[in-house]
Amino acid sequence: MSEQKKLSIIAFSGDFDKLTAVFTLGTGAAAVGYEVNIFFTFWGLDAIKQKKGRAFIGSNWLTRLFGFMMGGLSATPTSRFNFGGAGPKIFRSLMRKNNVATLEELVDAAKVLGINLYACEMAMHVLGLTKEDFIPEVKDVLGVASFLKLSEGGQTLFI
Amino acid sequence: MANKTLDITREHCPMTFVKTKIELAKLQAGDTLEVLLSEGEPLENVPRNAVEQGYNVVKVEHVEGTTHRVVIRK
Repeated sequence: MSEQKKLSIIAFSGDFDKLTAVFTLGTGAAAVGYEVNIFFTFWGLDAIKQKKGRAFIGSNWLTRLFGFMMGGLSATPTSRFNFGGAGPKIFRSLMRKNNVATLEELVDAAKVLGINLYACEMAMHVLGLTKEDFIPEVKDVLGVASFLKLSEGGQTLFI
Repeated sequence: MANKTLDITREHCPMTFVKTKIELAKLQAGDTLEVLLSEGEPLENVPRNAVEQGYNVVKVEHVEGTTHRVVIRK
């Protein structure tokens, strides 16, 4: 049998639409037999927080404020047409109406498919977060060298 | 007679593949899964991907309109 194909995605954006692209590509690839690694960094960490809404999580007053302002998966804004936070609600409604998987359904599918989820160590420290602030499916907290090793020999995307 | 039927005619990418993959993973050796799907991308790719992942595509047939039936065995 040939070596398993591999897709590694650097999820930098915390935008609803870009995270939808991350999880659409990731779950699609995993479903057709790829090994999939997603490395969440900076704003992208919002997608893997335990708290899906807005919460004051962080190590000091500034990072707790940032934590609240950034929020979790259900608080992600759209990169365009955000309309003060109404954008994601409109898109979720359009997705449901057209029988297209919502971001939350894609994240659930990623967990079921066993996609490897990783958090960026540097961004986690900058934002005053700990591994316990993330969903339990996050396999590990990594740096650049470990991610490069993981993604070696496959395709890599930055979203 | 298939052990289970999965209807993905109303699904879109990537859930067509995701739902098929999840159901295929539940099969025991020798079990079959009947997948009802639409022509276009699902019909072109679901059987091909099943073969690539080591399953046997037993049957591909037209049902009605744009709906097709694919039977996959583990």
